[in-house]
Amino acid sequence: MSPRAAARLESLGFEQVYDYVAGKADWGSSGLPLEGAEGSETRAGAHVRTDVPNCRLEDGLQEVCERLDESGWDTCFVLDERGVVLGRIGRRAIRGREDVPAEKAMTPGPSTIRPSARLRDVVERMQRQNLTSLPVTTSDGTFVGLLTRGDAEGALRELAL
Amino acid sequence: MPIPIDRERVQQLMSEGAQVVEVLPRAEYEDEHLPGAINIPLKELDRERVRGLERGRPVVVYCYDHQ
Repeated sequence: MSPRAAARLESLGFEQVYDYVAGKADWGSSGLPLEGAEGSETRAGAHVRTDVPNCRLEDGLQEVCERLDESGWDTCFVLDERGVVLGRIGRRAIRGREDVPAEKAMTPGPSTIRPSARLRDVVERMQRQNLTSLPVTTSDGTFVGLLTRGDAEGALRELAL
Repeated sequence: MPIPIDRERVQQLMSEGAQVVEVLPRAEYEDEHLPGAINIPLKELDRERVRGLERGRPVVVYCYDHQ
């Protein structure tokens, strides 16, 4: 639709016309704010916890365990050098294991959601699939944070959605 | 020819004062839109509706996604 609009604007005499082809789906999924009735507060990105620990593939489980203890979280995300989510490690997966690299203990390719995901849809999914949290990434896979079910349900109640 | 651009370029143009136009129907615009964007639905895009746009400034148009 936007290429046609851009062409139409040119036909109306505008000379500096740019077409943001990926549109507002891309904007919202990158975590940038949107305005309007369905504004940012109704989206997952507004309720994400960003203090969740992360590690690299080569980090040892001992180190991961220390980060979990320091942070009080039970989960750690394995990221690459650009911050893209490669895997997730839960405290239970670490317990009793030798100090191997995170790569060997992680669950690869965890399901993620975009910051622009509607809260009510996310809560519905969490309840249906019995999930306690979902990692939030931008459209290029970069880690944004973790949305917990408690936070999402609480926000939904507050917003009366 | 209109120039296809990505998100980073949109942000740059916005910071330089570009006019941002969502061309989706009004209801979709009212649900959510880019900060500062105005709404001129594609079906209403004519000489009359673009009167409020400045021809000397860049115009960025967008819809929902690539479709």
